[in-house]
Amino acid sequence: MTEKEEQLSHILERHRGERNGLIPILLEIQREFGYLPKEAMPRVAESLGIKPVEVWGVATFFNQFRLTPLGRNHIKVCMGTACHLAGGRLVLEALERELNIKVGETSPDGHFSLERVACIGCCMLAPVAVIKDKIYPKMSSFKVEEALIPYRQESKAED
Amino acid sequence: MRFEEIKKRAESQWGVFSHNPHILVGTATCGKAAGALDVIEAFKNELSRRDIRVPIIQVGCIGLCYAEPLVIISKPDSLRIAYHNVTPDLASRLVEGYIVGDDPCLEIALGTFETDERGTPYIPELPRFEHELRLILGRCGYIDPENIHDYIANRGYSALARALGMSPEQIVEEIKRSGLRGRGGAGFYAGEKWDQCRRAPAKRKYVICNADEGDPGAFMDRVILESDPQEVIEGMIIAGYAIGAERGYIYVRAEYPLAIERIRNALRQAEEIGLLGEDILGSGFHFHIGITEGAGAFVSGEATALVAAMEGKRSEPRVRPPRLAEAGLWGCPTLLNNVKTFAYVPFIIGNGIDQFLSIGTEHSKGTAVFTLAGKIQYPGLTEVPMGTTLRKVVYDIAGGMRNQKKFKAVQIGGPSGGCIPETLLDLPIDFDSLHEAGSMMGSGGMIFMDEEDCAVDTARFFLDFTTKESCGKCTMCRMGTLQLLSILEDICTGKAKIEDMELLQELSQDVKMGSLCGLGRSAPNPVLTTMRYFGDEYRAHILEKRCPALVCKDLIAYYILREKCDRACEHCILVCPTEAIKGGKGEIKVINQEKCSKCGTCLEVCPPEYHAVVKISPISKLPPDPKGEEGPAQGGG
Repeated sequence: MTEKEEQLSHILERHRGERNGLIPILLEIQREFGYLPKEAMPRVAESLGIKPVEVWGVATFFNQFRLTPLGRNHIKVCMGTACHLAGGRLVLEALERELNIKVGETSPDGHFSLERVACIGCCMLAPVAVIKDKIYPKMSSFKVEEALIPYRQESKAED
Repeated sequence: MRFEEIKKRAESQWGVFSHNPHILVGTATCGKAAGALDVIEAFKNELSRRDIRVPIIQVGCIGLCYAEPLVIISKPDSLRIAYHNVTPDLASRLVEGYIVGDDPCLEIALGTFETDERGTPYIPELPRFEHELRLILGRCGYIDPENIHDYIANRGYSALARALGMSPEQIVEEIKRSGLRGRGGAGFYAGEKWDQCRRAPAKRKYVICNADEGDPGAFMDRVILESDPQEVIEGMIIAGYAIGAERGYIYVRAEYPLAIERIRNALRQAEEIGLLGEDILGSGFHFHIGITEGAGAFVSGEATALVAAMEGKRSEPRVRPPRLAEAGLWGCPTLLNNVKTFAYVPFIIGNGIDQFLSIGTEHSKGTAVFTLAGKIQYPGLTEVPMGTTLRKVVYDIAGGMRNQKKFKAVQIGGPSGGCIPETLLDLPIDFDSLHEAGSMMGSGGMIFMDEEDCAVDTARFFLDFTTKESCGKCTMCRMGTLQLLSILEDICTGKAKIEDMELLQELSQDVKMGSLCGLGRSAPNPVLTTMRYFGDEYRAHILEKRCPALVCKDLIAYYILREKCDRACEHCILVCPTEAIKGGKGEIKVINQEKCSKCGTCLEVCPPEYHAVVKISPISKLPPDPKGEEGPAQGGG
């Protein structure tokens, strides 16, 4: 058994038979793997005694769940009301342009992924982008390139 | 242990703490985002360098988000001072000046908590605090949210101690008589719900706290949970006792990791000293609280949808009846209230109902908590008596609009609420008056808009949100919101016909009628209110292809004013991502409209002394190209 499979078995074992534990289980799997691997779904269903479709139904319902892996540098652009009014869309478009990916995608080299989120709750800093876990306040299309520099350098070093 | 002993111990700890120098740093999410952790690090280094021991306590948010990172320094027999927008390099100055020396550094202070003859602003007299009345935010930012003794020493858990001496019926009666209405949005009378749950004949009942704050632009529940989690827990325990439940859950968004961490810690501490768990305070009453993490769905804020999510299902609302009070979580009677609703309970039960009844309007008692965001001077969090006018909130509490811009509208209640225009600024805020104006209290998020915000685009923004968040169960919500959005997009891009306004109106009514839950029933509110109050703007978009606020991308063009462009400056050329700007050294710069992607970067970087880049709408008003090389770009106009 690979290490990943073992981790999955571990999570499932802890929650065996808890039908209402479906969401916490999926959250845990995602925390462990960074996304919900396709192969995990039938195993979750089996361990809870439910149909795989129910697992898929929940996995595709909630915004938190992702079915594809994220880039090493995951970027979230806040699209809450305050950020929208302050030009959040221009920031998102600038990021799409700079990274050459669309929102919801991961770059082919796996370095960056881009996501829009509804509100991260620091409206006084609008518009806000989050790269990895660092919050970038009062963003603008002009500041995007500069904000990406350290992450690009890091990625280059890794390659 | 008896409560009196617990209280005594907490008070003596608090006494020692408050009579010694200490530093409070706001580290709710807003403070952290503004850099509070670096500030703490700087203070720690500075103190250890000088070998001084002064406790640094991480507190929640006092509501002045614009002033973060906010630091309060307290010294015995001296002023308690709040410093705003503190940066790490100010740490050494403050330590040197006020911790070691006697210079309170008033020139960089926001204000003092005691009056001071040197004329420093007295914080309780700042306009914001003068109009505020803090029943549930009172401790936020002043106590350590990770230390239950701080809460107990500041009147915490006295209400529970009192409640355990009352009968459940008496408690429900008090909540009923207090007129407390649910703070989650719809404003249902909390006492009614409590009474139904109490009467429901069942062995097992549940209490659920709804902390699934999904409204973009509202974060009051997060702030309360991060700043004063025990207040909510105490409210839930009292509720459990009153309805006869032994188990409670806090359903909180996974997007709020700090809140989750602080609740978890708070629950553990409450259990440790016997305020939660088995045989609470020797009363024979047992109550346990667990945390359920939500996985992010706006519709989960709806009570039946939330229960479905807790049962591990897709979060879809169901038909009521049966109400949750009859058949909720796992079919058992369930009391579900919002974070703020539970937070009011200790105040009401602890102080008796008269004080609560004396605040607010006839049908909306107590206070209202709002987050203030958008184009105002002082974004943050506020708590005001129900019935306070919007004008007071905008101009006194929020400090008016930023950059001397004109107030245009305020969106209250997020995607479910409506846009309130200037003519209604004297509206007293309460559940019913907002409803009459076509809006609703909703979650309590207020977003202020100025003349540079487009009413149509705002409606489009909210519909985009509800379309994405509709669970899809009801056809009118699933397809109706999509159609509304598509019409609004046509308006924003200049493709709409004037008849579309009528269609919007009609369709909005249909979506309201044909949807089961609050999401669909209120989704058209932003459309209806913006059409009602800003109809001219809709007509300008449709008839003239003009966006008066210069927001809608397809109806505007960027243009460089010839007379203002500094020939020597090349800022715009350097940043333009599509190389749309022409003009060599010493020439006036010109935007090629064909190539322009309207990203706005040139406008952003054009130095303020030239201010040469402007937006023009409709596009047909663009002046012709001077050299006539490219011809006037009229794309889309």
